[in-house]
Amino acid sequence: MKKQIPLIITFIAGMAMIIQYFIPHRPFSDIQQLFNTWFLIITVFAMILGLGNLLKLHTRRLQRRPSGWWYSIVLLIGFAIMFIAGMVWGIERGTPFDYLFWNVHLPMSSMMFALLAFFVASASYRAFRARTPEATLLLVSAILVMIGRVPLGNYIWDKLPLLGDWIMSYPNMAGQRAIMIGIALGVISTSLRIILGIERTYLVGK
Amino acid sequence: MLLIFLVLVKGIIFYPIDTPHDNNLAFNIGESIVEVESIAPAPPTNVVAKDKPNDAGGGIIVSWTKSADDGAGRESVIEYQIFRSTSPDEGFELIGTANKGFYRFVDSATKDGTKYFYVVKAFDGMLHSQAVMSEAVASRAQWFHTGRISMLVAVLIISFLVLWFIRKAKRGEELYIRPIAGLEAVDDAVGRATEMGKPIMYIPGILDMDDIQTIASMIILGRVARKAAEYETPLLVPCCRSIVMSAAQETVKEAYLDAGRPDSYDADKIRYLTDDQFGYAAGVDGLMIRETPGAIFYMGAFYAESLILAETGHSTGAIQIAGTAMPSQLPFFVTACDYTLIGEELFAASAYLSREPLLLGSLKGQDFGKAIFIIIIIIGVILATFGFSELAAWLTTG
Repeated sequence: MKKQIPLIITFIAGMAMIIQYFIPHRPFSDIQQLFNTWFLIITVFAMILGLGNLLKLHTRRLQRRPSGWWYSIVLLIGFAIMFIAGMVWGIERGTPFDYLFWNVHLPMSSMMFALLAFFVASASYRAFRARTPEATLLLVSAILVMIGRVPLGNYIWDKLPLLGDWIMSYPNMAGQRAIMIGIALGVISTSLRIILGIERTYLVGK
Repeated sequence: MLLIFLVLVKGIIFYPIDTPHDNNLAFNIGESIVEVESIAPAPPTNVVAKDKPNDAGGGIIVSWTKSADDGAGRESVIEYQIFRSTSPDEGFELIGTANKGFYRFVDSATKDGTKYFYVVKAFDGMLHSQAVMSEAVASRAQWFHTGRISMLVAVLIISFLVLWFIRKAKRGEELYIRPIAGLEAVDDAVGRATEMGKPIMYIPGILDMDDIQTIASMIILGRVARKAAEYETPLLVPCCRSIVMSAAQETVKEAYLDAGRPDSYDADKIRYLTDDQFGYAAGVDGLMIRETPGAIFYMGAFYAESLILAETGHSTGAIQIAGTAMPSQLPFFVTACDYTLIGEELFAASAYLSREPLLLGSLKGQDFGKAIFIIIIIIGVILATFGFSELAAWLTTG
């Protein structure tokens, strides 16, 4: 019964979502919104689990003092400051929480995002080495697209931007769409396996 | 009636005053009154109101043929005004406007079963055109979305093929499945981490459990966890969502139980970091640098953090296997990882790894479905090339 009930719930929920896609009439049209609302409620409660896990782990690290334990102090202090600021003064514009979000959290996130530029450079350096015919094709395509999208490309040859656009609009788009069609088929197949209870790994580890 | 507006033309200020008749305007210029003939815009024609198709009710579409003065003629129309009433003779209320050039308005505030009359007038800023009224129409909800018939057919074909091959697999028929290098490397990666005495890191993407990629990721996690349990190799699973953390804990716990190693299971290894995208990337990067895993799996939905994670993992020397159905992130993983499951291969992983006949049957059905759609696409391309676009139009879902 412990295994059957989740499977029945999965089947009913899955079928309901499929039916609502094809039947716009009420009550089917409201099912997706209803499920989304339920999911949001569950997410809020699950957030308590996540935060509990985070605090438990880092409190334990403070007690056991493994290498790098001081990072846990930073995390716990940061958590406490944001939590207290939000609970005491709220999160509206002009509050300490808002100030910390815009002036501490956001710059740090931007800094992580900015690292992407350097990682793209290092990854491109490895990928664009012309060791095989495929890699050479990649290298040539990348050069044409990159040069075509800067003023220098137009200066060298006024058709170069058009060539770059053609590569993006046809070979690249065709490849992307082929992948998307495969993904759609994979999604249908996986959903069917889960709804029919053929795929149960996520439930019982089998 | 005094019109309330001010017009500036060639530096002269015109003050409109009472108009002698509908189409004329009189202006004060200095101390003299000048009557200027003013012509109302031509009315829209063919005003048609009909029930909005494929909806849950409460919607009526009003359409019309543009006024002769909209984009042509005197080009005086600035908008269309749509009025509604339950009686053809009285009670018309303005319910909305449509900018010039438009010929369609959706009234989304109707009561199903009530008959409405619609009037559309062209407006030039001063004068309305003649009112043109539609026939009476009532909105209603539909029981089937006709714009999605092609999708229904596709789902039925795929479902039939999947069930057909599952049935064949049940009968014990041998099914050939194409080799997928990335999946064949999963056991090798776990083995390599074990030999190196290093942990395995499994990253289940940054979306929640309502995303099919995360569900597929949990399925693969079960297989990886079972293998890790057999080899007694630590498995780290940093999560970006609380529900994913709970699901991952249950999946890994069950896998350890299934492998007969419940005592090796450590719930603290499956941890929640943060919901924030780049905060998560920073946290996982830190874990990679500190723990130096021997194998790293990226399975699920990823966005801009994909390359940040994969390049950091590459710098640690770990064998990396990625799988995602996010086309924009695939090039990053292909570049930075040793193996990449491209799109559908992520969803095939569970069947491939388990080799269970029922799951393999579904995989075979999926492949046959793909072959059918490739044929349909080729036929569609040929037809469209020769000017027959009906097939392409039918395949487009509403």
